[in-house]
Amino acid sequence: MLHAKNRTGLVFFPAFDWAISPTHPEREERLLYTQDQVFEEGLLDIDGIVELKPDLVTIKDIQRVHFCVPDPWKVSTESHFISAGGAKTIGMAVMDGTIDRGFALVRPPGHHANRVVHGARGFCNINIEAIMIEYLRRAYGVDRVAIIDTDCHHGDGTQDIYWHDPDTLFISIHQDGRTLYPGSGFINEFGGPNAAGTTVNIPLPPETCDDGMLYAVKNAVLPILDEFKPQLIINSAGQDNHYSDPITNMNISAQGYAQLTELLKADIAVLEGGYSIEGALPYVNAGIIMAMAGLDYSSLREPDYEPEYLRQPASLTRSIERTCDEVMTMWRRRTELRGPGKKAGQYDTRNRQIFYDTDNIFETQEETVRICDDCGGSLRIDSISNRRRILGVHIPRNACPACREQGLQWYEESSSSRFQHIFLQDRITDRFLEKK
Amino acid sequence: MIIGLDVGGTHTDAVLIGAEGMVRDIKVNTDPERLYETVMSALDRLLAGQEVADVKRVVLSTTLATNMVVQDKLPPVAMVVSAGPGIDPEHFRVGSHYFRVKGALDHSGRELEPVREKEIHALGAELKKLGLPAVGVVSKFSVRNAAHELAIARILESYVDKIFMGHLCSGALSFPRRIATTYLNAAVYPVHTNFFTAVHSSLAKKGISHPIRILKPDGGNMNMSSSLTYPAQTILSGPSASVMGAIAHAPKDKTCLVLDIGGTTTDMAIILNGAPVIAQNGIEIGSYKTLIRALLTKSIGIGGDSVVRVREGKLAIGPDRGGAAMAHGGPQPTPTDAMCVLGMIEQGDRDKAAAGLAVISAELGLAVIEAAEQILHTACENIMRAADEMVDQINSRPVYTVHEMCEGVKIRPDYLLVLGGPAGQFAGRLAEMFKGEVEIVPNWRVANAIGCALARTTCEVTVYADTARRVITAQGEEYHREISRTFTLDDARKVAFELVRKKAAARGANEEHLKMEVLEESQFNMIRRFSTVGKNIRVRAQVKPGLIHGYDAESGTLNRADL
Ligand SMILES: [Zn+2]
Ligand SMILES: [Zn+2]
Repeated sequence: MLHAKNRTGLVFFPAFDWAISPTHPEREERLLYTQDQVFEEGLLDIDGIVELKPDLVTIKDIQRVHFCVPDPWKVSTESHFISAGGAKTIGMAVMDGTIDRGFALVRPPGHHANRVVHGARGFCNINIEAIMIEYLRRAYGVDRVAIIDTDCHHGDGTQDIYWHDPDTLFISIHQDGRTLYPGSGFINEFGGPNAAGTTVNIPLPPETCDDGMLYAVKNAVLPILDEFKPQLIINSAGQDNHYSDPITNMNISAQGYAQLTELLKADIAVLEGGYSIEGALPYVNAGIIMAMAGLDYSSLREPDYEPEYLRQPASLTRSIERTCDEVMTMWRRRTELRGPGKKAGQYDTRNRQIFYDTDNIFETQEETVRICDDCGGSLRIDSISNRRRILGVHIPRNACPACREQGLQWYEESSSSRFQHIFLQDRITDRFLEKK
Repeated sequence: MIIGLDVGGTHTDAVLIGAEGMVRDIKVNTDPERLYETVMSALDRLLAGQEVADVKRVVLSTTLATNMVVQDKLPPVAMVVSAGPGIDPEHFRVGSHYFRVKGALDHSGRELEPVREKEIHALGAELKKLGLPAVGVVSKFSVRNAAHELAIARILESYVDKIFMGHLCSGALSFPRRIATTYLNAAVYPVHTNFFTAVHSSLAKKGISHPIRILKPDGGNMNMSSSLTYPAQTILSGPSASVMGAIAHAPKDKTCLVLDIGGTTTDMAIILNGAPVIAQNGIEIGSYKTLIRALLTKSIGIGGDSVVRVREGKLAIGPDRGGAAMAHGGPQPTPTDAMCVLGMIEQGDRDKAAAGLAVISAELGLAVIEAAEQILHTACENIMRAADEMVDQINSRPVYTVHEMCEGVKIRPDYLLVLGGPAGQFAGRLAEMFKGEVEIVPNWRVANAIGCALARTTCEVTVYADTARRVITAQGEEYHREISRTFTLDDARKVAFELVRKKAAARGANEEHLKMEVLEESQFNMIRRFSTVGKNIRVRAQVKPGLIHGYDAESGTLNRADL
């Protein structure tokens, strides 16, 4: 009889009746063969592995994280409420201690969704990990959280949401942004002035194999995690680094993913991308479940797995080593990264253009943060899309009195003649307001 | 007339039902060591003085296979397993002779590694030397493509007498469960065959030559010849007999909770709008998790003869039984003693019962009468709590579509059906805790045997079509056809119903009265490189479990010329 070493929860929600469009990679069929493989292997029958039915997230859960324009109903579907709900279900079960760790094998994904949501970008509408994390912080008082995004694409949405949060470590390992959507995630993106260093990007060259990925995990991710000492580790477990993925250029195998999972020891894994639905997902998902549960996965492999074709050239290995060295140097010097002249009580702004490729929307954003030594700082986000202009004010959950005061003042003094919507996300009182 | 006979752990119940309704019902003690004699003596008593020529159907539910599994008395059989990549199949080892062979298929049934004929021939020679009577052959994903199991079986045929193949057990995916189920079929087969052949020939000697039917745990029956292919499908049929006995009294517009309260246990089930709720996975018995379909039932260790104790100042009832109630000379106080003290039952020695309860009442600091009341109350509370857990379990079943997630209605029982020995005494107390009507099933003493007699012949079929590869298969039915690229879900449904009809007829169903339904269906566009290459269609259909056509629940009469 097989016993899982770790009590492992699984939410499986394949959304068999939901697609972005009929031939889109994010379509009904995506997890069909994964279901077949997981069921046939009997993974859900193993002693210590339990399947949980997902909860639905509430509007309040979404608004704790996002400024949805014009509102959450307009920018998401029931399916998003369930996939975020699946992550939340796993998170609650881990916090309640009914499971040691868990995997939300859900779709649609969420890591390209920013704090401001005008529509879908990179197949994502709402950030399902962030919604779960902020719920757990509110309901269970969790403080320090680490998110390791192992999707092949840079987790730019999650990075945006936690850019100014010194208590959330966000590490993204991904294919170099010069060669893949969304074109970001370079080493010099290390977080805002109040949270310098807690955003870590590890871009890997195309054709990186298991060895390269695992090198980065052992030599960059794990040491940083060790120092950060999170209370919870979340893995945004995208599977599009697989050698057979149709929209990326990496060479990771199911074995590689299983080893990665074993090394990370995440409390919670959440499925992100991965579009090789027949050749990769059934095996990678089985590997992740087995590794999380502490089962032997050594005889798991893809039908076309040929390790001799999955060896990276030495030059590529050296390039990955250099990247990891650079990342570690940045991490060690993170207190200096805030830069000179940035004094508490001053303001820092960033101006960005954001393209919503899935929904074809352009957004222009100016984000202002109050520089602060005591908290993450309140944010004022002025966002214009080709449809609407909104103002979003965010007061972080551990805001100091001065930052909270600033946030409330921004909200009060804003004029509805300039904005169609004026929102306040006051995390101190856990309320979301719209100025009428 | 129809005979329904249910062998239970303690009693064997049998009924004879004719056009006018119940003709006779009897109850005898079960001798677990001598099941054949138990069955024959029950039939003798049932048929004494009856015109046996009028008996047109005999349906049995026995503990034969169940006992073999629970008591670990399964004979040695060989298992031959081909797995390929994935979890090491060593973890699924069953029986004393478990062999792993080469060969692998993927999730769509495509061959990854062929079967090695030489290897199987060598294995066959070894099996022959070992003198094993039956062999189970299982390959991973054989329900997608049975070629490997068939190839292995074809070679082994010349070395062994009887072969069971995994893909015939069920259309469901689960390699470990397929191994366990195939093993149980092979292991139960010899004893099962001997037993029913003996019963059949004894009945023939009495003048009843109609094929025997055997109840399955999903509340349907199959004829004896089908049972030789699926003998493990007779395991754990007991609880379904009671549920089928209650079903005639379950209103079609209600969610019924069925409680079968016995001496040692209370079995519970749900009948939703007249149809019993089926368990999500196959039955689990001993260390075996199987693909054998069953009604969703739950059993807890509370009955009329459960031992009553005080633990840390609180009443504890069951789960063990120490013997009869003290009122009947037993060793320890029981709920039956509480009923006796309260004057709810006629039989038994009230003084002995009161003496037994005195210890309990002293510990609780209550009068004996009050303690007796509390015992019944606690027993009912525990039963209802277990029922709530079962309902929660049904309501928290995972679903895989947005539609089911959003539209899914939660069930809440609003009708209570009680049967079993102390049904009458318990019903009143349960009514105080239950929101809804409470009914005691008429003929509650032998409702299980009635359920046996009146259950339909049922079966289930899984169909899988892939229009890109242009095939439709139903591996369990040995069905494999080419289809056109334009094949639709509608077409697949038709195939499924046709196969259900054929299978049900082979199992002894009357085709005129078949009630078929789709259990699950889905179709997916298969997109490769951004264009549609075909459809992946899946349909699961069944004969709806229920009572035979012609039975009138109101009057209890049977209007069937052929029976
Ligand atoms: Zn991705
Ligand atoms: Zn502050």
